[in-house]
Amino acid sequence: MAIIETENLTYTYPGATNPSIRNVSIKIEKGEFVLITGPSGCGKTTLCRCFNGLIPHFYQGKLEGEVFVAGLKVDEHSIHELAKHVGLVFQNPENQLFALSVEKDVAFGLENLGVPRDEIRRRVDWAMKLTGIYHLKDRAPNELSGGQQQRVAIASVLAMKPEIIVLDEPTSFLDPLGAENIFKVIYELNRKFGITIILVEHRLDLTAKYADHIIIMDNGEILLDGETRSVLNSEKARLVGVGIPKATRLYQILKKDRVNLRSTIPLSSDEMAAMLEEVLKSK
Amino acid sequence: MIEVKNVYFTYPNGVEALKGVSLTIKDGEFVAIMGQNGAGKTTLVKHFNGLLKPTKGIVLVDGVDTRKVSVATLARKVGFVFQNPDHQLFSETVEDEISFALKNFRFEAETINKRVDWALNLLGLTRYKKTSPFMLSGGERKRVALASVLAWNPKILILDEPTIGQDYQQKEKLRHFILQLNAQKKTVIIVTHDVEFVAECNPRVILMSNGEIIADGEARKILTDPKIVTEASIVPPQITQIFIKLKNYGFPRDILDIYEAREAILNSLRKGFK
Ligand SMILES: Nc1ncnc2c1ncn2[C@@H]1O[C@H](COP(=O)(O)OP(=O)(O)OP(=O)(O)O)[C@@H](O)[C@H]1O
Ligand SMILES: Nc1ncnc2c1ncn2[C@@H]1O[C@H](COP(=O)(O)OP(=O)(O)OP(=O)(O)O)[C@@H](O)[C@H]1O
Ligand SMILES: [Mg+2]
Ligand SMILES: [Mg+2]
Repeated sequence: MAIIETENLTYTYPGATNPSIRNVSIKIEKGEFVLITGPSGCGKTTLCRCFNGLIPHFYQGKLEGEVFVAGLKVDEHSIHELAKHVGLVFQNPENQLFALSVEKDVAFGLENLGVPRDEIRRRVDWAMKLTGIYHLKDRAPNELSGGQQQRVAIASVLAMKPEIIVLDEPTSFLDPLGAENIFKVIYELNRKFGITIILVEHRLDLTAKYADHIIIMDNGEILLDGETRSVLNSEKARLVGVGIPKATRLYQILKKDRVNLRSTIPLSSDEMAAMLEEVLKSK
Repeated sequence: MIEVKNVYFTYPNGVEALKGVSLTIKDGEFVAIMGQNGAGKTTLVKHFNGLLKPTKGIVLVDGVDTRKVSVATLARKVGFVFQNPDHQLFSETVEDEISFALKNFRFEAETINKRVDWALNLLGLTRYKKTSPFMLSGGERKRVALASVLAWNPKILILDEPTIGQDYQQKEKLRHFILQLNAQKKTVIIVTHDVEFVAECNPRVILMSNGEIIADGEARKILTDPKIVTEASIVPPQITQIFIKLKNYGFPRDILDIYEAREAILNSLRKGFK
């Protein structure tokens, strides 16, 4: 069975007239790196909230259809129980921070799971170093800059090392080098430890190259779902107006100009530069 | 005009966030402030509307020392959109949120209605007019925060991370609108990590690191300089990166966008076929 599977999932927030996601049926396999994108307001965050049980346990509303996460039927298991399998980095980091120091915030989830003290120490230090906040460990989270807070939110989920990590625009407040580093860290966790990654992002320039699988949503529904290169090269993806990576766009334009580029679609500047180099060398 | 003269700022917890910053932003300029997390960008722009006052040094807005006027007085001239929309939104409906400042500044009822509808439309929020801002998605909330300031058309506009949570089409709309404001001689100051957005706007870029300004110039010059960019924890735009990797092929080194890239490549191939 897939590690996450939804069947005809439809959800309406309390007080809302229309569902925010409709008939969503997707499958995410263990160890995949999945990118979820689509216009602002299309339902990405809502879908993520179904993966860790915030929907339907915290946001009540009306849930129809099924969600299974790590073999558990989400509506039959508590948020606490699901947290052993899924970690969610919230879109707004402030909603995730509450402790008196950065270090305590990062340790909070592990303490809750009853992990031994020295193991907590090790994992907290590891996560703080990976996210570049070790020097801030004694600071109060509410006295940090936006990007520093977001790093704390990421660290507190990484420290848990859950088998599924869901990240909802996790680097929107990060400086560009910091964002690149975080994506590399996530990618490494995915490749080395087989952690399943679900990343919500608008900025495909930065992230498409890491994804095996991309899901594009529009207006509460799944518009496209498949292998990254073929989805991003499709006409539908262009029409819905997701920001296709610039390297991919340049490739498409040069192909129209009949430049003799290889037929695999590039997703990054590295891939595009390598393809251009082949053409430039052979001229 | 905004004049910042040798400004230092220390938070109550002892963090020195600004260490001798000086700069001048003239009327009608479009400026992007960029740089690493914790560099002091938000702290700096909060000085432009008097939310923070310098520990040492002076900030003048149109010649007025910000220590000598209230935030409310400055607010009439300087519109400020916070990095995190949740610090800004408080009304029960999107409409109330957007009309709040307009009412405060005593615009006429008819003008208020017109401006609210205009702002809703600009930011793609028309269908949420009667909705609570707290029932909106992250990107939608940011757009409400933007709408509530754009609606009253301040002379100086400060947008802390305006593109956060926005999809490509929303960003395009925002970009066109900012350029339009700029053509009307409004001052627009954005704080942003969005390199691709800056590459497409080509404003004046001010890079900060560690409480100081480390570079100031045209986006094209700054974003295509690999050394200075790394110093500020920035990564060049994707198109520029392609040409950094192709540096041995004699391309111009300041290519920023797809159209310039296309032309440069086609030119180079044509030469080869002669
Ligand atoms: N708490 C809520 N109550 C009611 N409606 C909500 C709530 N949160 C979101 N919505 C609505 O549900 C829809 C989907 O919102 P969601 O937050 O899932 O979008 P998103 O794709 O994550 O957008 P963004 O890219 O802007 O973050 C939107 O129309 C939004 O207005
Ligand atoms: N309210 C506060 N109290 C104490 N220190 C603060 C406060 N806000 C920010 N700081 C500290 O001041 C420094 C500058 O923060 P500022 O928010 O100006 O950075 P920034 O450049 O906007 O960063 P980011 O890109 O992460 O938003 C940082 O070291 C930060 O930790
Ligand atoms: Mg969202
Ligand atoms: Mg900031």
